[in-house]
Amino acid sequence: MALLKGAPGLLLTLALHLVLTLSPFPNASFFPHWDYCILGAGPSGLQMAYFLGQAGRNYVVFEKAGAPGSFFTRYPRHRKLISINKRYTGKVNSEFNLRHDWNSLLSHDKRLLFRHYSKAYFPHANDMVRYLGDFADRLSLQVRYNTAIVHVTLSKNQHAWNGHFFILTDQKGRGYQCSVLFVATGVSIPNEINFPGSEFVEGYESVSVNPEDFVGQNVLILGRGNSAFETAENILGYTNFIHMLGRSRIRLSWATHYVGDLRAVNNGLLDTYQLKSLDGLLETDLKNLAIVKDSKGRMHITLPVLMDEPIKNVTAEAISLPEDEIDNFAMRVPYDRVIRCLGYKFDFSIFSKALGLAPKKGKKKKYPWIKASYESKATRGLFVLGTASHSVDYRKSAGGFIHGFRYTARVVHRLLEYRHHGIPWPSTVHPITQLTNAIIRRVNEASGLYQMFGVLADVILLKEKATGFEYLEEYPIRMLAELETLSGREAQHGLFVVTMEYGKNFSGPDKDVFYYDRAVGEVEDAWQSNFLHPVIYYYQCLPTDIEVMFPTPGWTLPRPVAIHHIVEDFLTEWTAPLSHILPLRRFLENCLYTDLRAFYAESCFLFALTRQKLPPFCQHGYMKMQGLMGNERLRRHGIESGLMEDYTMDEQPADQKPGVPRIPNHPSQHATSIKEEL
Amino acid sequence: MMAFRLSIWIYSIFFMLICVFSRSTAKNRNTLMELSLQEHFSILQTGKTSLVYFSQDDIMVFPEELKKAAEPLHNYGISVAKVNCANEETSRYCGKENDLTKAYLFRGNILLREFPMDALFDVNAIIANVLFALLFNEIKYINSLEDFENIENAMKGKTNIALIYVKAIGTPEHRAVMETAFVYGTTYQFVLTTETALLERIGRVENSDISGSLFFFHCKLVLDLTQKCQKTLLEQPLTVLNIHRFLKLMDAPLLTEITEDPEKVSTIHLQLGLPLIFILSQQNTYEADKKTAETVAWHLLGKAGVTLLLKDSTDLNIPTHTNVIFKRAKEGVPVDFFFLHDIDSIISLVENNAPIQNNEPVKEYEEDEIEALNLDVQDDQVVETVYRDRKRKLPLELIIELTEETFNSTIKSTSSSIVLFYANWEAVSLAFLQSYIDVAIKLKGTSNILFTRVNCGDWSNVCTKQNIIEYPVIKIYKEGEKPVIYTGMLETEYLLKFIRLNRISCPLKIMSIKEAEEYLNGELHKELTSYSSVSILGIFSSNMTKEKENFIEAGNSLKGYVITGFYSEEDALRLSKKYAVTLPALLLSRHKEGKIDSILLSNSDASDIVKIIKSASLEIFPEITVENLPIYLSLQKPLLILFRDGNLNHKDEKEMLSLVKQKHLETFIPCWLNLKTTPVGRGILKAYFKHLPPLPLLVLVDLHSRGQVSAFPLDQTINEKNVLLWLQKLESGLENHITTLPNEEWKPPLPAYNFLRRMDATNPFKEITGFPTQNSLRCAKTTDLQQHNKGH
Repeated sequence: MALLKGAPGLLLTLALHLVLTLSPFPNASFFPHWDYCILGAGPSGLQMAYFLGQAGRNYVVFEKAGAPGSFFTRYPRHRKLISINKRYTGKVNSEFNLRHDWNSLLSHDKRLLFRHYSKAYFPHANDMVRYLGDFADRLSLQVRYNTAIVHVTLSKNQHAWNGHFFILTDQKGRGYQCSVLFVATGVSIPNEINFPGSEFVEGYESVSVNPEDFVGQNVLILGRGNSAFETAENILGYTNFIHMLGRSRIRLSWATHYVGDLRAVNNGLLDTYQLKSLDGLLETDLKNLAIVKDSKGRMHITLPVLMDEPIKNVTAEAISLPEDEIDNFAMRVPYDRVIRCLGYKFDFSIFSKALGLAPKKGKKKKYPWIKASYESKATRGLFVLGTASHSVDYRKSAGGFIHGFRYTARVVHRLLEYRHHGIPWPSTVHPITQLTNAIIRRVNEASGLYQMFGVLADVILLKEKATGFEYLEEYPIRMLAELETLSGREAQHGLFVVTMEYGKNFSGPDKDVFYYDRAVGEVEDAWQSNFLHPVIYYYQCLPTDIEVMFPTPGWTLPRPVAIHHIVEDFLTEWTAPLSHILPLRRFLENCLYTDLRAFYAESCFLFALTRQKLPPFCQHGYMKMQGLMGNERLRRHGIESGLMEDYTMDEQPADQKPGVPRIPNHPSQHATSIKEEL
Repeated sequence: MMAFRLSIWIYSIFFMLICVFSRSTAKNRNTLMELSLQEHFSILQTGKTSLVYFSQDDIMVFPEELKKAAEPLHNYGISVAKVNCANEETSRYCGKENDLTKAYLFRGNILLREFPMDALFDVNAIIANVLFALLFNEIKYINSLEDFENIENAMKGKTNIALIYVKAIGTPEHRAVMETAFVYGTTYQFVLTTETALLERIGRVENSDISGSLFFFHCKLVLDLTQKCQKTLLEQPLTVLNIHRFLKLMDAPLLTEITEDPEKVSTIHLQLGLPLIFILSQQNTYEADKKTAETVAWHLLGKAGVTLLLKDSTDLNIPTHTNVIFKRAKEGVPVDFFFLHDIDSIISLVENNAPIQNNEPVKEYEEDEIEALNLDVQDDQVVETVYRDRKRKLPLELIIELTEETFNSTIKSTSSSIVLFYANWEAVSLAFLQSYIDVAIKLKGTSNILFTRVNCGDWSNVCTKQNIIEYPVIKIYKEGEKPVIYTGMLETEYLLKFIRLNRISCPLKIMSIKEAEEYLNGELHKELTSYSSVSILGIFSSNMTKEKENFIEAGNSLKGYVITGFYSEEDALRLSKKYAVTLPALLLSRHKEGKIDSILLSNSDASDIVKIIKSASLEIFPEITVENLPIYLSLQKPLLILFRDGNLNHKDEKEMLSLVKQKHLETFIPCWLNLKTTPVGRGILKAYFKHLPPLPLLVLVDLHSRGQVSAFPLDQTINEKNVLLWLQKLESGLENHITTLPNEEWKPPLPAYNFLRRMDATNPFKEITGFPTQNSLRCAKTTDLQQHNKGH
């Protein structure tokens, strides 16, 4: 939206203030009203619009351009998206396939999968524009195009859902009133750094994308994110050399497991640098930099301290340069071009002070400060979606990217369905015998847990006496303490939290992720798994706010009563009976202190007549006339394995000792060490 | 191992023992004295025993081990002292060249022994040597078997002997023996040897590398000098506790006789955590029984107590055919009754029951113990059988796999489709898939039935939309009808029946009296009557709309399980007259018996009707099978089961049926079990009797109140009179149950890997002050789950 800059916007804002203050009924529904307003028809705005539409809510999307996804009409400049469009996985499970589809939005319409829009593994940005257009059209999303919201403010009203309405004003001075506001405007303002000579620098947003323009030039690129490398990639073969300058060390996404770091698809310059082809990487603080032009118009790098007085239009010949002192100064050659590729920041300008939308601190200052529920810290009912909401999981997970925020938009929608419409967080209720199955199913297909690892988790709420459980999908981990009030579900009898995690010391810019013996195969060592793998936490009651906010360093969740890691799997297929399912069952059994094995009807029959209590499987199935009979072949296997007894023999074997019926033995002293802590 | 099982009682004995010999330890904490010669002599005058070490100069440190031994020795009244010779006048113990390598044991001022310091190499050696010296008269040290035989002969009729072998003097075992001998030295003749050869000749050969063993020779009982003393071996390692416990058991009478209730008896065996065996006896067999009991007692000496219980002297609650009662040490566990044929079975009963379960404290597993438990061995029978069958190729081609794309269109375009929802990684559904295929094979070629499956592992969305919350689920989708979920046994025949019965509408609308008669005879839908044990006909006069609606609802919910029909034409009264009921009514046709019953329906809603039909379709004297047991158990009455190895014979059936028909058995569910068709019945009998009793056998199983099992006396014939009498006796408490079914919860079969502990071991968990980070500690409001957990 707001690549709008400078005076015109300001004027409009002023005009609007006049309108507002002059209007006779400042707080009345003088303006058209919606329950939900969304700023921006980009991927996250459309995603939220879809959920609201499906729920039959009263909503509207405001979009400054004439079509959805205007960001993608210009960016990325070199038109290659680096989000993976994996069309084939060998699987038909559509939920699983979303784990490897980084571009599609969530919808019920199978035609709206990105693989139908591009064959390229790294698709063209135009396909994204086309896709978003179709998404809005096919699903009949309510978008007001050509409506640029230039000012947002609050209007107190005790009848409003949140005690206030959001008053929006567009470029033509028209006003709109909303109960809930979603900001899905992305990060649209290029980051700039001011230093002497920064006026000579070209920006990523406007630099030429025609490589011919760089023939035989010395190029300096400021920044070392994907846009910097993307720019370099485009001109590698045309320049004399490219130097790339950044403050911190290079962060390779394969080492950090963060998709926002440098992707291999763009890293050609690393290759040419290390293979001595004149290109190179340098580390320095960009703020401590100055550029001066020489008489030929070429740019020299110097330091501000060397420029005694910041005199305008000083030439390189007139001042001393670093190489005068240190004759092997790395950047002593003059550059023909300096290009700034420093990323983007959120546009705070349209929001009135009353909203209190402030930048987050530190590295995340390019994003507005929001809670883990994506709601603004200061204003109830104001939510930030999409890329702009990345402060929640910056440099950790995928919340700043389509394949992440499509799930967080759903989280926000579910929270609001309960807050404003009394519809609790969707859940399914199962008998306890299905506990292992429910977890195995999810860890094998759930895409939200896989993409938003460390941020979203499945929560299993146990019923009284652990006879059954309720399964909640993709709940935000950081809001766990408030689960009952936010989801409308009861967590009084203990809970499991299912997440997916990389190994604790596996990710980081300086980590060797290819070291020998990195893969863990032994079930016993599952807790040392390095690759993304399922982790299950058991709590006897909901952790408190403080526990969630300050977990033990290195932990995503507060310390549980017991924890289970399902050992990492090369194929990410966790269905192996002995390596994956059996240890999980043992863990669950020991948390619940029960026996979760399945039994054939014959065993249940024997138990029913020889014991006063039955295992849950027999109680739930056999005793309700739903016993599993199994055929003769399976029975034979059972007898061979020693887990079932052959009763068909007429004679009792002579050597059999009396006293012990051969029902599966379960020694009662086998209480675990887990128990000790209970 | 045994130490775990020792009761607190044993510890208290030990504690007392220590206290007896400890003199004012509290007053004199530092039991190591440093004395001048003067002080030393004054102590010698008191007549106390002391171990003294003479030191030449005060720089010389007192040997560390002597320091450690000071306190234990003090408990035996022996003080340990160091005398400093350096700045004092000389004693004869001071100043000798080699004195620094010796310690001296005095009683009063008499020197008992001098020990070279290298014999006192550690605490055990010091204590063992000192006590050994003090007990010189009580403990005979021998080198040969002849020496022992002399002692044995001398002790016959007088004192029992404890023969102890230790590998060497000064070992921990030696110390343990000496400490015990200090207490029991006068009660038994202690004999000590270090000769392996002697040990072998006594009879212990299995391991030449044992560090110590103890044989107890029962010589006191031997009056005939030519007879050998019986001997018993202590099977545990030689520790003070084990020896004390063992001697205590050897001291207990070999065989006791009681007449009281076994439940109330308590003996030293029970107190020591050992079981007690009661051998039942009567006056006329007393002598023989006593002999048996003694033999058993000798075999079980040190393992269990044996008691002779005189049955006819009391009116005890003991089931008729019991000859052995087994009582566990754990309190509150009811005794078990057995009928055992020989001594070996009694012995193996004890040996199989030990170690006694439930008695061990909840323990934390060490890493190596966890390994020994084989956590990664499959113990789920369904998973294991399916896994073993994984390479079999199933004829899946008979069953169409539906996908997200084809599901809706297939369901819509087929008049009747059966869908199995399963997951290809889930064992229960894979086991059932095999039965499902068998049904498809049996119904192959039947028109209008489509067998399909949805793999929820692939088509997760379809399953979610169809509300599948467990695996497996069978649903029948019929054009224009709500899908019906199959809730029967996961088995071929039952599913087949369900599918067949689902083909007719339910309830059927009967159009004429003639049709109604055909329906009741089973002529209408003849092919289906074999699938429904009864056919139900609801009769209503045409104005009974509400009643009819209820019936239709009930019939609908029974669809697939029972055939129902209704008749509400003008002439319905004709039927009501014929079967002598007022309307509305149900007619129940039992095809097998060719009988038609009538039931009045007044003010019954649909669920009442379902209940009426369900209970009416039960048989009065059913053969109990794996498939039908749950129905009968749901009636919450004790089962009166006649176990038979084959079909019912006419006589038994007649007797039982007549009891049933005279309504004597209304509080029970009389039924029978055929071991030929239900072989698992053998497992049940073994659980009740520990062996297979002769059949037929009538057993009463009261699952719902106290889990008691009673058996009809084997020596009586099963007839009306005897059974009634027996039941009456049972009711009035005159007859006893044979066993009580265990009421144990189903706990985890094995522990889980404790990853939290392993993580803590590599990266110790630090509690952040102020933040209660341990979930379990904070959950102050006790949830019921915790209480449930704590219960164990």
